[in-house]
Amino acid sequence: MKTRSIAEYLAGHPFFAGLDGESVRELAGCARNEHVRTGGYLFREGGTADHFYVISRGRVALELYSPGTGAHLLDSAGEGEVLDWPWLIPPHRWFWDARAVEPTSVVALDSACLRGKCEADPRLGYDLVQRVAQVMSQRLQATRVRLLDLYGQP
Amino acid sequence: MIPRPFRVVSNRPDTPDTVTLTLEPAGGVPLGFAPGQFTMIGTFGAGEVPISISGDPAGGPLVQTIRDVGGVSHSLARAAAGDVLTVRGPYGTGWNATDAADGDLVIVAGGIGLAPLRSVVLDVLANRDRYGRVTLLYGARSPAERLYPGELADWAYRGIEVGITVDRGAPGWAGRVGLVTALIGDARLNPARTLALVCGPEVMMRFVAAALRDEGLPPGRIRLSMERNMACGIGLCGHCQLREFFICTDGPVFGYDQLDGLLTAREV
Repeated sequence: MKTRSIAEYLAGHPFFAGLDGESVRELAGCARNEHVRTGGYLFREGGTADHFYVISRGRVALELYSPGTGAHLLDSAGEGEVLDWPWLIPPHRWFWDARAVEPTSVVALDSACLRGKCEADPRLGYDLVQRVAQVMSQRLQATRVRLLDLYGQP
Repeated sequence: MIPRPFRVVSNRPDTPDTVTLTLEPAGGVPLGFAPGQFTMIGTFGAGEVPISISGDPAGGPLVQTIRDVGGVSHSLARAAAGDVLTVRGPYGTGWNATDAADGDLVIVAGGIGLAPLRSVVLDVLANRDRYGRVTLLYGARSPAERLYPGELADWAYRGIEVGITVDRGAPGWAGRVGLVTALIGDARLNPARTLALVCGPEVMMRFVAAALRDEGLPPGRIRLSMERNMACGIGLCGHCQLREFFICTDGPVFGYDQLDGLLTAREV
Protein backbone atom coordinates (compact mmCIF):
# COMPACT_ATOMS: atom_id res chain seq x y z
CA MET A 1 0.00 0.00 0.00
CA LYS A 2 1.42 3.39 -0.94
CA THR A 3 1.12 6.68 0.89
CA ARG A 4 -1.82 7.79 -1.21
CA SER A 5 -3.87 4.73 -0.33
CA ILE A 6 -2.96 5.15 3.35
CA ALA A 7 -4.31 8.68 3.13
CA GLU A 8 -7.50 7.37 1.59
CA TYR A 9 -7.81 4.78 4.31
CA LEU A 10 -7.23 7.32 7.07
CA ALA A 11 -9.78 9.69 5.55
CA GLY A 12 -12.42 6.98 5.95
CA HIS A 13 -11.45 5.97 9.47
CA PRO A 14 -13.77 7.14 12.28
CA PHE A 15 -10.92 8.74 14.21
CA PHE A 16 -10.15 11.09 11.33
CA ALA A 17 -13.73 11.68 10.22
CA GLY A 18 -14.29 15.25 9.11
CA LEU A 19 -10.59 16.14 8.95
CA ASP A 20 -9.78 18.05 5.75
CA GLY A 21 -8.02 16.19 2.97
CA GLU A 22 -4.83 18.22 3.13
CA SER A 23 -4.39 17.49 6.84
CA VAL A 24 -5.02 13.79 6.28
CA ARG A 25 -2.38 13.74 3.55
CA GLU A 26 0.04 15.48 5.89
CA LEU A 27 -0.56 12.87 8.58
CA ALA A 28 -0.30 10.03 6.10
CA GLY A 29 3.26 11.16 5.48
CA CYS A 30 4.04 9.85 8.98
CA ALA A 31 2.37 6.50 8.36
CA ARG A 32 3.21 2.99 7.28
CA ASN A 33 1.33 -0.29 7.29
CA GLU A 34 2.15 -3.03 9.78
CA HIS A 35 0.81 -6.52 10.22
CA VAL A 36 0.89 -8.67 13.34
CA ARG A 37 0.21 -12.38 13.48
CA THR A 38 -2.05 -13.91 16.11
CA GLY A 39 -0.12 -13.97 19.36
CA GLY A 40 2.32 -11.30 18.21
CA TYR A 41 2.75 -8.03 20.07
CA LEU A 42 2.14 -4.57 18.70
CA PHE A 43 3.92 -3.11 21.71
CA ARG A 44 5.00 -4.12 25.18
CA GLU A 45 4.68 -2.51 28.59
CA GLY A 46 7.52 -0.12 29.31
CA GLY A 47 8.39 0.36 25.65
CA THR A 48 8.64 3.77 24.06
CA ALA A 49 5.38 4.80 22.41
CA ASP A 50 6.97 5.67 19.13
CA HIS A 51 3.81 5.02 17.11
CA PHE A 52 0.13 5.84 17.10
CA TYR A 53 -1.79 2.84 15.77
CA VAL A 54 -4.94 2.97 13.67
CA ILE A 55 -6.41 -0.52 13.53
CA SER A 56 -7.62 -1.45 10.08
CA ARG A 57 -8.25 -5.17 10.65
CA GLY A 58 -8.26 -7.68 13.47
CA ARG A 59 -8.20 -7.23 17.24
CA VAL A 60 -5.63 -6.75 19.95
CA ALA A 61 -5.92 -7.49 23.66
CA LEU A 62 -4.51 -4.96 26.09
CA GLU A 63 -2.89 -6.85 28.91
CA LEU A 64 -0.81 -6.41 32.03
CA TYR A 65 1.45 -9.25 33.02
CA SER A 66 1.74 -10.20 36.66
CA PRO A 67 4.22 -12.81 37.90
CA GLY A 68 2.38 -15.80 39.23
CA THR A 69 -1.00 -14.92 37.76
CA GLY A 70 -0.01 -14.28 34.16
CA ALA A 71 -1.50 -11.79 31.75
CA HIS A 72 -4.57 -9.85 32.91
CA LEU A 73 -6.80 -8.89 30.02
CA LEU A 74 -7.87 -5.29 30.64
CA ASP A 75 -9.37 -4.09 27.40
CA SER A 76 -9.38 -4.71 23.69
CA ALA A 77 -9.35 -2.70 20.50
CA GLY A 78 -10.36 -3.65 17.00
CA GLU A 79 -11.13 -2.36 13.54
CA GLY A 80 -12.17 1.26 13.61
CA GLU A 81 -10.37 1.99 16.86
CA VAL A 82 -7.01 3.54 17.68
CA LEU A 83 -4.17 2.93 20.13
CA ASP A 84 -3.68 5.13 22.03
CA TRP A 85 -2.55 8.44 23.56
CA PRO A 86 1.03 7.90 24.78
CA TRP A 87 2.30 9.17 21.41
CA LEU A 88 1.00 12.59 22.45
CA ILE A 89 1.42 12.65 26.20
CA PRO A 90 4.76 12.36 28.03
CA PRO A 91 6.48 10.18 29.06
CA HIS A 92 5.52 8.59 25.71
CA ARG A 93 5.65 5.12 27.20
CA TRP A 94 3.31 2.12 26.92
CA PHE A 95 1.73 1.01 30.18
CA TRP A 96 0.44 -2.34 28.95
CA ASP A 97 1.02 -4.98 26.31
CA ALA A 98 -0.97 -5.12 23.06
CA ARG A 99 -1.22 -8.71 21.84
CA ALA A 100 -2.95 -9.62 18.61
CA VAL A 101 -5.72 -12.15 19.25
CA GLU A 102 -6.29 -12.53 15.52
CA PRO A 103 -4.34 -11.47 12.43
CA THR A 104 -4.18 -7.71 12.78
CA SER A 105 -3.29 -4.89 10.43
CA VAL A 106 -2.61 -1.35 11.52
CA VAL A 107 -1.56 1.95 10.10
CA ALA A 108 1.34 3.02 12.32
CA LEU A 109 1.95 6.77 12.49
CA ASP A 110 5.35 7.79 13.79
CA SER A 111 4.92 9.64 17.10
CA ALA A 112 7.73 12.16 16.65
CA CYS A 113 6.56 12.90 13.13
CA LEU A 114 3.00 13.41 14.35
CA ARG A 115 4.08 15.72 17.16
CA GLY A 116 6.14 17.66 14.65
CA LYS A 117 3.09 18.13 12.43
CA CYS A 118 1.10 19.31 15.43
CA GLU A 119 3.73 21.86 16.42
CA ALA A 120 4.06 23.10 12.85
CA ASP A 121 0.31 23.47 12.46
CA PRO A 122 -1.33 24.30 15.84
CA ARG A 123 -4.79 24.15 14.27
CA LEU A 124 -4.20 20.57 13.22
CA GLY A 125 -2.56 19.90 16.58
CA TYR A 126 -5.60 21.19 18.47
CA ASP A 127 -7.88 19.12 16.28
CA LEU A 128 -5.88 15.95 17.00
CA VAL A 129 -5.74 16.71 20.72
CA GLN A 130 -9.52 16.98 20.74
CA ARG A 131 -9.85 13.64 18.97
CA VAL A 132 -7.42 11.94 21.33
CA ALA A 133 -9.22 13.49 24.30
CA GLN A 134 -12.47 12.02 22.96
CA VAL A 135 -10.90 8.56 22.84
CA MET A 136 -9.54 8.99 26.36
CA SER A 137 -12.90 10.22 27.61
CA GLN A 138 -14.76 7.25 26.14
CA ARG A 139 -12.25 4.79 27.56
CA LEU A 140 -12.33 6.46 30.98
CA GLN A 141 -16.12 6.53 31.04
CA ALA A 142 -16.34 2.88 30.05
CA THR A 143 -13.74 1.92 32.64
CA ARG A 144 -15.62 3.75 35.39
CA VAL A 145 -18.84 1.97 34.53
CA ARG A 146 -17.06 -1.38 34.41
CA LEU A 147 -15.63 -0.66 37.87
CA LEU A 148 -19.21 -0.71 39.14
CA ASP A 149 -19.31 -4.42 38.27
CA LEU A 150 -22.96 -3.95 37.31
CA TYR A 151 -23.47 -7.51 36.16
CA GLY A 152 -22.07 -8.87 39.40
CA GLN A 153 -24.67 -7.14 41.55
CA PRO A 154 -27.87 -8.91 42.51
CA MET B 1 -54.16 -14.56 40.90
CA ILE B 2 -54.33 -18.20 41.93
CA PRO B 3 -50.97 -19.95 41.53
CA ARG B 4 -50.85 -22.91 39.18
CA PRO B 5 -48.64 -25.92 39.85
CA PHE B 6 -45.82 -26.45 37.34
CA ARG B 7 -43.51 -29.44 37.39
CA VAL B 8 -39.77 -28.99 36.77
CA VAL B 9 -38.68 -30.91 33.67
CA SER B 10 -35.04 -29.86 33.86
CA ASN B 11 -32.69 -27.53 35.67
CA ARG B 12 -29.73 -26.50 33.53
CA PRO B 13 -26.88 -24.52 35.11
CA ASP B 14 -25.99 -21.64 32.78
CA THR B 15 -23.39 -19.71 34.77
CA PRO B 16 -21.97 -20.16 38.27
CA ASP B 17 -25.03 -18.44 39.79
CA THR B 18 -27.72 -18.83 37.12
CA VAL B 19 -29.90 -21.73 36.05
CA THR B 20 -32.57 -22.19 33.44
CA LEU B 21 -35.66 -24.10 34.50
CA THR B 22 -37.89 -25.86 32.01
CA LEU B 23 -41.38 -26.45 33.38
CA GLU B 24 -44.62 -28.02 32.31
CA PRO B 25 -48.05 -27.50 33.81
CA ALA B 26 -48.94 -30.17 36.35
CA GLY B 27 -52.44 -30.09 34.87
CA GLY B 28 -54.32 -27.75 32.63
CA VAL B 29 -53.17 -25.88 29.58
CA PRO B 30 -49.71 -24.53 28.79
CA LEU B 31 -49.01 -20.94 29.67
CA GLY B 32 -49.26 -18.61 26.69
CA PHE B 33 -47.33 -15.38 26.85
CA ALA B 34 -45.91 -12.48 24.88
CA PRO B 35 -42.14 -11.92 24.82
CA GLY B 36 -41.24 -9.54 27.64
CA GLN B 37 -43.89 -10.73 30.07
CA PHE B 38 -43.04 -12.30 33.42
CA THR B 39 -44.50 -14.72 35.91
CA MET B 40 -44.61 -14.76 39.69
CA ILE B 41 -42.87 -18.06 40.30
CA GLY B 42 -42.23 -19.62 43.66
CA THR B 43 -41.72 -22.66 45.80
CA PHE B 44 -44.10 -23.80 48.49
CA GLY B 45 -43.16 -22.20 51.77
CA ALA B 46 -40.47 -19.89 50.39
CA GLY B 47 -42.57 -17.30 48.53
CA GLU B 48 -42.51 -16.08 44.98
CA VAL B 49 -40.51 -13.68 42.80
CA PRO B 50 -41.08 -12.07 39.40
CA ILE B 51 -39.06 -13.77 36.66
CA SER B 52 -39.21 -12.96 32.96
CA ILE B 53 -40.20 -15.72 30.60
CA SER B 54 -37.36 -16.87 28.35
CA GLY B 55 -39.08 -19.56 26.32
CA ASP B 56 -40.52 -19.77 22.85
CA PRO B 57 -43.76 -17.79 22.57
CA ALA B 58 -44.90 -20.11 19.78
CA GLY B 59 -45.40 -22.88 22.30
CA GLY B 60 -43.60 -25.55 24.25
CA PRO B 61 -42.64 -25.65 27.89
CA LEU B 62 -42.34 -22.68 30.21
CA VAL B 63 -38.68 -21.61 30.38
CA GLN B 64 -37.40 -19.30 33.10
CA THR B 65 -33.81 -18.29 33.78
CA ILE B 66 -33.15 -17.61 37.45
CA ARG B 67 -30.20 -16.00 39.17
CA ASP B 68 -29.53 -17.25 42.66
CA VAL B 69 -29.38 -14.00 44.63
CA GLY B 70 -31.88 -14.36 47.48
CA GLY B 71 -33.96 -16.75 49.54
CA VAL B 72 -36.69 -17.47 47.02
CA SER B 73 -34.42 -17.49 44.00
CA HIS B 74 -32.07 -19.83 45.88
CA SER B 75 -34.88 -22.31 46.44
CA LEU B 76 -35.88 -22.00 42.76
CA ALA B 77 -32.31 -22.45 41.57
CA ARG B 78 -32.09 -25.68 43.57
CA ALA B 79 -35.33 -27.11 42.16
CA ALA B 80 -34.83 -30.56 40.71
CA ALA B 81 -36.66 -32.43 37.96
CA GLY B 82 -40.01 -33.54 39.31
CA ASP B 83 -40.35 -30.76 41.86
CA VAL B 84 -43.55 -28.77 41.72
CA LEU B 85 -43.37 -24.96 41.72
CA THR B 86 -46.09 -22.32 41.78
CA VAL B 87 -46.62 -20.02 38.82
CA ARG B 88 -48.90 -17.01 38.42
CA GLY B 89 -49.21 -15.00 35.27
CA PRO B 90 -48.13 -14.14 32.67
CA TYR B 91 -48.11 -10.51 33.69
CA GLY B 92 -46.99 -7.17 32.33
CA THR B 93 -46.37 -5.61 28.98
CA GLY B 94 -44.40 -7.20 26.17
CA TRP B 95 -41.63 -5.99 23.90
CA ASN B 96 -43.94 -5.84 20.86
CA ALA B 97 -40.97 -6.41 18.59
CA THR B 98 -43.33 -6.78 15.66
CA ASP B 99 -43.35 -2.96 15.58
CA ALA B 100 -39.97 -3.43 13.89
CA ALA B 101 -41.42 -5.56 11.11
CA ASP B 102 -40.07 -4.44 7.72
CA GLY B 103 -37.44 -2.47 9.62
CA ASP B 104 -34.37 -3.20 11.71
CA LEU B 105 -34.21 -4.48 15.25
CA VAL B 106 -31.35 -4.04 17.70
CA ILE B 107 -31.43 -5.99 20.94
CA VAL B 108 -29.06 -4.80 23.66
CA ALA B 109 -28.63 -7.00 26.72
CA GLY B 110 -26.42 -6.88 29.76
CA GLY B 111 -25.76 -9.80 32.11
CA ILE B 112 -28.91 -11.71 32.95
CA GLY B 113 -30.82 -9.10 30.94
CA LEU B 114 -30.47 -11.45 28.00
CA ALA B 115 -33.03 -13.78 29.62
CA PRO B 116 -36.10 -11.55 29.02
CA LEU B 117 -34.92 -11.01 25.45
CA ARG B 118 -34.40 -14.66 24.56
CA SER B 119 -38.09 -15.08 23.77
CA VAL B 120 -37.88 -12.13 21.38
CA VAL B 121 -34.90 -13.71 19.65
CA LEU B 122 -36.74 -17.01 19.26
CA ASP B 123 -39.80 -15.22 17.90
CA VAL B 124 -37.69 -13.22 15.43
CA LEU B 125 -35.86 -16.34 14.26
CA ALA B 126 -39.20 -18.03 13.60
CA ASN B 127 -40.27 -15.03 11.51
CA ARG B 128 -36.88 -13.89 10.24
CA ASP B 129 -38.12 -12.75 6.83
CA ARG B 130 -40.39 -10.14 8.42
CA TYR B 131 -37.41 -8.10 9.63
CA GLY B 132 -34.49 -6.32 8.05
CA ARG B 133 -31.24 -6.31 9.98
CA VAL B 134 -31.47 -7.90 13.41
CA THR B 135 -28.57 -7.23 15.75
CA LEU B 136 -27.94 -8.59 19.23
CA LEU B 137 -25.38 -6.72 21.33
CA TYR B 138 -24.57 -8.52 24.55
CA GLY B 139 -22.37 -7.50 27.44
CA ALA B 140 -21.46 -10.00 30.12
CA ARG B 141 -19.33 -9.86 33.21
CA SER B 142 -16.86 -12.47 31.93
CA PRO B 143 -16.73 -15.15 29.24
CA ALA B 144 -17.86 -17.77 31.76
CA GLU B 145 -20.86 -15.66 32.73
CA ARG B 146 -22.39 -15.38 29.28
CA LEU B 147 -25.91 -16.72 29.21
CA TYR B 148 -26.85 -19.29 26.57
CA PRO B 149 -23.33 -19.42 25.03
CA GLY B 150 -24.20 -22.33 22.74
CA GLU B 151 -27.31 -20.57 21.49
CA LEU B 152 -25.50 -17.30 20.74
CA ALA B 153 -23.50 -19.02 18.01
CA ASP B 154 -26.63 -20.65 16.64
CA TRP B 155 -28.47 -17.34 16.52
CA ALA B 156 -25.57 -15.81 14.58
CA TYR B 157 -25.70 -18.73 12.15
CA ARG B 158 -29.43 -18.22 11.66
CA GLY B 159 -29.28 -14.60 10.57
CA ILE B 160 -28.80 -12.43 13.63
CA GLU B 161 -25.69 -10.26 13.85
CA VAL B 162 -24.30 -11.02 17.29
CA GLY B 163 -21.78 -8.78 19.05
CA ILE B 164 -20.43 -9.80 22.43
CA THR B 165 -18.21 -7.99 24.89
CA VAL B 166 -17.16 -8.81 28.43
CA ASP B 167 -16.21 -6.55 31.31
CA ARG B 168 -13.38 -8.82 32.34
CA GLY B 169 -11.40 -10.96 29.99
CA ALA B 170 -10.08 -14.39 30.76
CA PRO B 171 -7.18 -16.47 29.49
CA GLY B 172 -7.95 -17.63 25.99
CA TRP B 173 -10.67 -15.04 25.37
CA ALA B 174 -10.09 -13.57 21.90
CA GLY B 175 -13.29 -11.56 21.84
CA ARG B 176 -14.00 -8.04 22.81
CA VAL B 177 -13.37 -6.55 26.25
CA GLY B 178 -15.22 -3.40 27.18
CA LEU B 179 -18.56 -1.82 27.83
CA VAL B 180 -21.57 -2.90 25.79
CA THR B 181 -22.10 0.68 24.61
CA ALA B 182 -18.94 0.34 22.51
CA LEU B 183 -20.74 -2.23 20.38
CA ILE B 184 -23.47 0.23 19.45
CA GLY B 185 -21.23 2.47 17.34
CA ASP B 186 -19.79 -0.54 15.54
CA ALA B 187 -23.27 -1.82 14.70
CA ARG B 188 -23.80 1.05 12.23
CA LEU B 189 -27.49 1.28 12.96
CA ASN B 190 -29.91 3.02 10.66
CA PRO B 191 -31.77 5.20 13.18
CA ALA B 192 -34.64 5.90 10.81
CA ARG B 193 -35.69 2.25 10.66
CA THR B 194 -34.42 0.72 13.90
CA LEU B 195 -36.32 -0.34 17.01
CA ALA B 196 -34.15 -0.95 20.09
CA LEU B 197 -34.98 -3.37 22.92
CA VAL B 198 -32.77 -3.01 25.98
CA CYS B 199 -32.54 -5.05 29.16
CA GLY B 200 -29.93 -5.15 31.88
CA PRO B 201 -28.91 -3.35 35.06
CA GLU B 202 -30.57 0.06 35.16
CA VAL B 203 -27.28 1.98 35.05
CA MET B 204 -26.27 -0.01 31.99
CA MET B 205 -29.62 0.78 30.35
CA ARG B 206 -29.13 4.50 31.01
CA PHE B 207 -25.80 4.46 29.18
CA VAL B 208 -27.14 2.28 26.39
CA ALA B 209 -30.16 4.54 25.88
CA ALA B 210 -27.86 7.57 25.75
CA ALA B 211 -25.63 5.84 23.21
CA LEU B 212 -28.65 4.91 21.09
CA ARG B 213 -29.87 8.51 21.25
CA ASP B 214 -26.39 9.60 20.12
CA GLU B 215 -26.84 7.29 17.12
CA GLY B 216 -30.02 9.16 16.29
CA LEU B 217 -32.73 6.79 17.54
CA PRO B 218 -35.79 8.69 18.77
CA PRO B 219 -36.83 8.00 22.40
CA GLY B 220 -40.03 6.35 21.25
CA ARG B 221 -38.02 3.73 19.36
CA ILE B 222 -36.06 2.66 22.44
CA ARG B 223 -37.72 0.22 24.84
CA LEU B 224 -36.39 -0.77 28.25
CA SER B 225 -37.42 -3.52 30.65
CA MET B 226 -37.56 -2.10 34.16
CA GLU B 227 -37.28 -3.88 37.45
CA ARG B 228 -38.42 -3.05 40.98
CA ASN B 229 -39.35 -5.15 43.97
CA MET B 230 -42.72 -6.74 43.31
CA ALA B 231 -45.14 -8.55 45.57
CA CYS B 232 -48.56 -8.98 43.96
CA GLY B 233 -47.64 -8.65 40.29
CA ILE B 234 -51.08 -7.28 39.42
CA GLY B 235 -50.98 -3.62 40.41
CA LEU B 236 -52.56 -3.87 43.83
CA CYS B 237 -49.80 -3.61 46.41
CA GLY B 238 -47.74 -0.72 45.06
CA HIS B 239 -44.37 -2.27 45.86
CA CYS B 240 -43.11 -1.71 42.34
CA GLN B 241 -44.39 1.83 41.92
CA LEU B 242 -42.22 4.16 39.86
CA ARG B 243 -43.89 7.57 40.20
CA GLU B 244 -47.16 7.18 38.26
CA PHE B 245 -46.28 3.72 36.96
CA PHE B 246 -46.65 0.27 38.41
CA ILE B 247 -43.84 -1.75 36.88
CA CYS B 248 -45.92 -4.93 37.09
CA THR B 249 -48.88 -3.69 35.06
CA ASP B 250 -47.68 -0.60 33.15
CA GLY B 251 -44.38 -2.39 32.46
CA PRO B 252 -41.98 -4.03 32.73
CA VAL B 253 -41.37 -2.88 29.16
CA PHE B 254 -41.53 0.89 28.74
CA GLY B 255 -40.71 3.28 25.96
CA TYR B 256 -37.74 5.48 26.77
CA ASP B 257 -40.01 8.45 26.09
CA GLN B 258 -42.24 7.32 28.97
CA LEU B 259 -39.29 7.17 31.36
CA ASP B 260 -37.81 10.55 30.60
CA GLY B 261 -36.26 11.80 33.84
CA LEU B 262 -37.24 8.72 35.82
CA LEU B 263 -34.04 6.83 35.12
CA THR B 264 -31.96 9.40 36.93
CA ALA B 265 -34.56 10.51 39.49
CA ARG B 266 -34.00 9.48 43.09
CA GLU B 267 -36.53 8.29 45.62
CA VAL B 268 -39.32 7.47 43.21
